[in-house]
This record gives sequence, C-alpha cells and structure tokens, in this order.
Amino acid sequence: MAGVRRTLAVDLAGWVLPTPVMIASGCAGTGRELAGLTDTRRVGAIVTRSITLHPRKGDPAPRIAESPSGVVWATGMQNPGVERFLQDELPRFARAGTALMVSITGGSLEEFVRLSSLLQNRPEVAAIEVRLSEPDDEMGRPVLGAHQDRAAEIVGAVARMSLIPVFAKLPSATGDVVELARAAVRAGAHGLTVVDSPAAMGVDAGSLKPSLGPVTGWLSGPALLPITLRAVFEVARAMPEVPVLAVGGVRSARAAVELLMAGAWAVQVGTTTLIDPAAPVEIARGIAAYLKDKRIPSPGDLRGRLRTPASLSTEALP
Amino acid sequence: MRRARAEILSTRRLGAYQSITLVAPEVAERARPGQFLAVQMPEGREFLLRRHFAVHQASRRGGWAGTLEFVVDPSGQGTAWLGGMRAHEFLDVIGPLGKGFAFPKRLTNCLLVAEGHGAASLYFLAQELLARHKRVDMVIGAETLERVFKPIEGKRLSQTIEIVTTDGSLGDRGSIMDALPEMAERSRAQVLYAAASPSTLERIAAFCIERHLPAQVALEERMGCGFGLCFTCVVPVARKDGSGYDNLRSCVDGPVFNPARVLWDRWRSDAPTMLPTPPEGLPVVRSWPG
Repeated sequence: MAGVRRTLAVDLAGWVLPTPVMIASGCAGTGRELAGLTDTRRVGAIVTRSITLHPRKGDPAPRIAESPSGVVWATGMQNPGVERFLQDELPRFARAGTALMVSITGGSLEEFVRLSSLLQNRPEVAAIEVRLSEPDDEMGRPVLGAHQDRAAEIVGAVARMSLIPVFAKLPSATGDVVELARAAVRAGAHGLTVVDSPAAMGVDAGSLKPSLGPVTGWLSGPALLPITLRAVFEVARAMPEVPVLAVGGVRSARAAVELLMAGAWAVQVGTTTLIDPAAPVEIARGIAAYLKDKRIPSPGDLRGRLRTPASLSTEALP
Repeated sequence: MRRARAEILSTRRLGAYQSITLVAPEVAERARPGQFLAVQMPEGREFLLRRHFAVHQASRRGGWAGTLEFVVDPSGQGTAWLGGMRAHEFLDVIGPLGKGFAFPKRLTNCLLVAEGHGAASLYFLAQELLARHKRVDMVIGAETLERVFKPIEGKRLSQTIEIVTTDGSLGDRGSIMDALPEMAERSRAQVLYAAASPSTLERIAAFCIERHLPAQVALEERMGCGFGLCFTCVVPVARKDGSGYDNLRSCVDGPVFNPARVLWDRWRSDAPTMLPTPPEGLPVVRSWPG
C-alpha cells in the first residue's frame, strides 16, 4: 500500500467534508459555545438545532433525564425562528469555520417551503436537513414524516427549490425504513440522515412524576447504536449510490467505523458531544488510526467491507 | 471556561456530603461565587451525562493556590461514584461555567440564605463579600444535622447566623421560611442571596418581592451538557421591558437569576402546555440595583 494517499475526507455525492464526523442537530448550541472546548475547524460539519419559521419557546423543564446508556429529552424545538437565526446565529457559525447544514422543521408544507426559500443564496449554508418527526398540523398526525406520501411531498417541495443538497432525516416511527428512504430519494432528496431519535419517556418513581416536563420525549445516546446500524445497513444496501449519514449511538471511533462499514458515508455525533465536546474531533482521529492500521485509504473505502453471508445479497431481511 | 484533567488533592466526608478538592489552577483562577463545574462520569457505566457542582472554594493565593473545592451529595447515580473517588485519582472537569453572583456596589448588609449544600457556593460568596467590607448574615437550614453544611464555617463567616433543621437536631426546629422574616429585620438586610430547592426559592422570591428586597438566587435545573449546547436546562425569565419572557439556559444565562424575573409558576409547571400571559401582564423588573 506504499504510495497510497490516505485521507479522511469524504465526498457525499458532491458535498466534500474534511472528515466523516459531523455534530448532530441540537448539540452545537448557537455557534459560540463550542469555541474553546474543541477545534471546530476540524469537525466535518455542524448540523444546527432545528429551526422553525416562527420562534418557539419550547417545552417546560425538566427537559432531560438519563436512561440506561442514553438520555431521554424534549426541548420542544426551542429556537429563535428563522429570521433571528439568519441574523444572529448563522454568522457566528460561519465564523467558526465549519461547513454548516441547517436543520429545518415544521408542521405544514408551507412552513418547510418558506424555510427552504429563506436558506437559499446564503453562502454560509452548505446543506439542508429536513427533520420530519414533528406533529403534522395539516393532516392531524403525530409524526409528519412517518407516512411515505407525506414525507415525499415535504422533501420533494424542499428539494425542488433548493440549490444546495437536501438531506431527509428519517423518523424512526416508521414501519419500513427502506420504503420511506426510497420515497424521500425519489422525491429529490440528495441524501438521508438515518435515523431520528425514537419516541421515549421516563418515569421517576421517587416523585411519582414523569421525568420530563412535557411527559414524553425522545431517546438519544449509545443505546441507539444497534438500531442505527440496522437502519443504515438496510438503506445503504437498497440504495448504495445515495449518501447516508448515520446518527444515533456514535459514542466512539469504533462505533463510527462500524457504521461506516454498515454503509454510512459519514456519521453524526450527538449526545456524546454534550459529554465530551472534543469527541467529534477525537472520533475522526480514531477513524484515521483505524484506517492506517487496516491499510484502508479513505473512510469511503470502508463501505462494502462488511462481510455478510452470501444469501443476503438476494433475500430481503425480515 | 477551561477543560482540565484535574487531580484530586483530597476528599473528605462532611456530614451527609463529600467535599472534593481538585488541583486545577486554570479553572480556580477564573472561578467566581455562583459558578459551577461540569464533571465527567466514568466510561463504561450506564449513566452518561456530566454532573454539575457549584464551586465551594477557589484558592488563588497562598498554600492552597490553584485548588478548587466542590461538594457532592453522594446519594445518586454518578454522585455516589464521585463520593468514592480517592486522592490522586483524576477527573475531567470543565469550568468555571455560568454567570456567578453580582456584588453590590453601594448596599452593605447582605443576607445569605441556604438550604442543604446550597451553602457551599454561598460561603464562597460570603468570603468575597467580606473582602469588599460588606456585612454578612446567614440563615442556613436542612432536614437534619448531617445535612447542615459546615455550620461552624457559617458562624465564622457571618455577623449573625440562624440555623434551622426540620427535625430540630441542630439549631431551631422549623424551616428557612420561619426564620427568614425575623432575620431580615434584625440584620437590616438590604440584599439577599439564596441557594435552595426550587420550592423554597419560590417562597423566598415572594418574600423579597413583597419587601422590595433586591435578591439573587442560584437555581438548579437538570442539565444536559452544562455549557449551552443542548437547550435542556431552561428557566422562564421575564424580559426587562415586560414584553414577554424567554426560556433561558440556566447553564449560560444562569444559574444565578434575579428571582423577581423568574416566572415561578411556569418553571417546572405541572401544566403540560404553556400558561397564557397573566392579565396583569408580565413583571417589569429593573436590573441588579446594588
């Protein structure tokens, strides 16, 4: 392998990142908090917290509780609204020098379309991530993107008008992740973020109360790794040409390598960033060490290295 | 704010609490009363998040220069692990975090009110106030004798002190709120500082508003990270101009707040949806007057 140039860079079908490790949505603050705790220039990309058309105050506290190897959380998508975000937070993120993917969410088609239009022609924004796990205000459903047709409608509307790559973050409340992924890609998604936090809840037996103010929330943390592995594996196997970003359970370089082998093009680190803000940089370093050790030239070359039984190539998994 | 791999210099039992002293010069140098530390938990356990502790002592000079002390109630997951740590082991610490207490410029008589190990950060505050030639009086309380934090230290730092316990095992039997009105009167308090549970703080806030007593309180809300990334530790705080309120992160905008601006009935409310704006409007509160 002498003479082969090793690199950590990954090419997400046209969007090139310096490392395959991103900070997941909701774990990067407002663009100023990470300075001093990590070198943001060495993070592959940052996904912002989810931005809505109008300001949201979010849910009442407490908003976070620990669970075995995870956290249950609910912020109610607190954010200042897209206008204030573009004015205050976006320039700060841009100064941090990291590629930026803006996460957008809402409960109606119109909100997504207007959000998407406001993010065009902003050179600081490299990509858009569409979060589909909010309640559907128009159809009166608990999770907007759980239905293929609805997910396709939203993602299609955002993607058609977008000049920058659009990634659909698939809700975990879905029967068949592959069909949902296909629908999003057919609608025009450039790539997929697999998979959003599953709905969860905590109970405090001591106080006879739910652990969270809004009662129910979402599960994040290392507990999710096996779920993410399976979803990434299935989606990547069905559509090997579509960039897949793995999110959920990336606690270590080892977990990241496992996800890259399962078919991810890059990984997003969420809960672990809250515990160790330097983790996204450390995990990238760990991936580099693994690649060097195994004499693999780049993270992209890990895709397809997973040795699965031959029977898998034709049969569908249960 | 700095991140440090800090050696434990000593750890000792104080009643129901464990006091841990770290060698962390770059953190100790910057720490002010009311600020806190985020301590990382060990790998390979099922609990993950950092634990957060108010700074009890930060020495910049003398034989203890560069050391930092915080107090743990070792009754929970994670804090029990910390309580069992020995000297010369290492902790990953981020700090100092948050906004600390502001010192009065003009006013002189300060009343410090603490419940349980809330006294840890107030004793640090008392030292700084004494260095500024202020008068310090205290009301400290807890359920039992073991949960009264360093009562002798409290006596040393204050002009007068009232100690109350729920079971009467130390000082008077009763609660902080029983002792507070008389103490505020007797010490001619002009400024009040408090660190206590949310329900006690709410009552202290009502007391201060009624008496027009400027106050600062250190809140405890459950945190995810402790440095502003996750927006989970929010407290509803009225805007200064009365135009509404914002859910502020207690880790970066707190943990010290003006209790007159905290919307206590909204904070940790049992009502699942947000309360409407009250008919009398949201409070208009000037900033810290001292």
